[in-house]
Amino acid sequence: MDNVTTVLSAHGLRKYYNGQAVVDGLDISIRRGECFGLLGPNGAGKTTTLRLLLGLISPDAGELRLLDHAVPEQSRAARLRVGVVPQMDNLDPDFSVAENLLVYGRYFGMSDAAIEARLPELLEFANLAQKRDARIPTLSGGMKRRLTLARALVNDPEVIFLDEPTIGLDPQARHLIWQRLRELTARGKTLLLTTHFMEEAERLCHRLAVMDNGRIISEGTPRELIGRNIEPQVVEVFGEGAAEWAHSHAARHAHRFEISGETVFCYVDDAQPLLLELQRQPELRYLHRPANLEDVFLKLTGREMRE
Amino acid sequence: MKPSFFALPRLSLRFIPIWRRNFMVWKKMAGSSILGHLADPVIYMLGLGYGLGGMLPEIGGMPYITFLAAGTVCYSTMNSASFEVLYSGFTRMHEQRTWEAILNTPITLDDIVFSEIVWAASKSLLSGLAVLAVIWLLGLSHSPLTLWLIPLSLLVGLCFASLGMIMTAIAPGYDFFMYYFTLIITPMVLLCGVFFPVDRLPPLLQTVSSTLPLTHAIDLARPLLNDVIPANSWWHAAVLLGYALAGFYVSLALLRRRLSQ
Repeated sequence: MDNVTTVLSAHGLRKYYNGQAVVDGLDISIRRGECFGLLGPNGAGKTTTLRLLLGLISPDAGELRLLDHAVPEQSRAARLRVGVVPQMDNLDPDFSVAENLLVYGRYFGMSDAAIEARLPELLEFANLAQKRDARIPTLSGGMKRRLTLARALVNDPEVIFLDEPTIGLDPQARHLIWQRLRELTARGKTLLLTTHFMEEAERLCHRLAVMDNGRIISEGTPRELIGRNIEPQVVEVFGEGAAEWAHSHAARHAHRFEISGETVFCYVDDAQPLLLELQRQPELRYLHRPANLEDVFLKLTGREMRE
Repeated sequence: MKPSFFALPRLSLRFIPIWRRNFMVWKKMAGSSILGHLADPVIYMLGLGYGLGGMLPEIGGMPYITFLAAGTVCYSTMNSASFEVLYSGFTRMHEQRTWEAILNTPITLDDIVFSEIVWAASKSLLSGLAVLAVIWLLGLSHSPLTLWLIPLSLLVGLCFASLGMIMTAIAPGYDFFMYYFTLIITPMVLLCGVFFPVDRLPPLLQTVSSTLPLTHAIDLARPLLNDVIPANSWWHAAVLLGYALAGFYVSLALLRRRLSQ
């Protein structure tokens, strides 16, 4: 392993629950300074993977190294240099914003003076300088997330794990988090985030792995994933009779089409013939756009609901 | 259960920041905590001690209220530790996900469980000190031996915190703790000589009583108030410590399993 550039590597990672593989032979390698995204539908094994990588649970098979420490054997030492933003808020509701950071810093063995010295910068980063003494129940969802992010930075970690960092946030709050995460990568931090929010993955991640049923089914940059897995153009067709039209006409003009609810998704290399055909169908409406990560994701993991 | 759940505890000094965290929360609500956990047993002790005590002869060479005070020290330290690990501990583990947040730092579950038990025992110590202060203020005992009630409170706290942690480890929700208090704690209070001497019980129940930790705690506390060095004191202390260690070990194994899900 090249220690200079690789901060995290996993080989053949497996974890079973009640005989069922939740993580099923996972290989991951993350380089210093990159933002790596783990995508997958609910139940794909993303959170279990994060817990394995942090050494919180033991794998049934596989090798794992994080920041040059064997995990889970030396995970305590590894976690000293890691920050974690969990999916569910677990801030201390009895403490103020600043007290949350103080108490959390102590868990890393930091002195109160060292934490106090970092407080202004952390509060500034989280846009919470005015809320220093506010209690947690008085904060909005976005503020809580930003505080959780600041808390994960209290020990000045090299690697930051983020499990669905913007889940449940409104667009304004989400964009602020994204901006902060980009600042972190600009500072050379390594980010590993899980998400099932494609826009987030496309905007933030240098490299992505799509995960389903405990395995990585495709990996690469967002552009590579799109180029490798899907036709470049998408035409969405909707309106009365779209499905009937698709059955009789779509195959002639599109490589591939899928019907989901009332919408027909046509995947094409060249959209012109299809667009000409659609102009002859006044009852149908359509949207022509380039293929995106969501198309890849749906192709790879299927359109059916995951509970 | 996997063998790894039964590995011996691996402790570190990293338990201290968790203790400090709990202390910091406690300081914010110290007023109501002191009133609830500390004044309550004292009120009972005074009410029953003077009320019943007026009608009762001396028991074992001491007035009833002094007899009861010895029981109350143990009973109230037991309660403090039990409530703390059950209700507050469960809140930190399950409701607030405080443990989850801590586990993402260099702290391990072993440190957390140890810290929770030490913290609960610290509250027992406080509880014991309050009852002791009342004992001194009312002049129920003038023996310097009563100072031994201070380490005893800590030991009783460790013992019941560890046993209670087993319940926390298997509890699906708060309602579950009612079983523990109704089926274990309350019978124990009646069997172990808090309110009346154990030798008034039928022989079978006396045998049961001799196996229960609270009996051993009271066997230590009561002679101390009477200015007598307790018989078999090392044995009683060893039983309490044994329960504490066994409870810690079993609860840790159960919690390792629970949190590995």
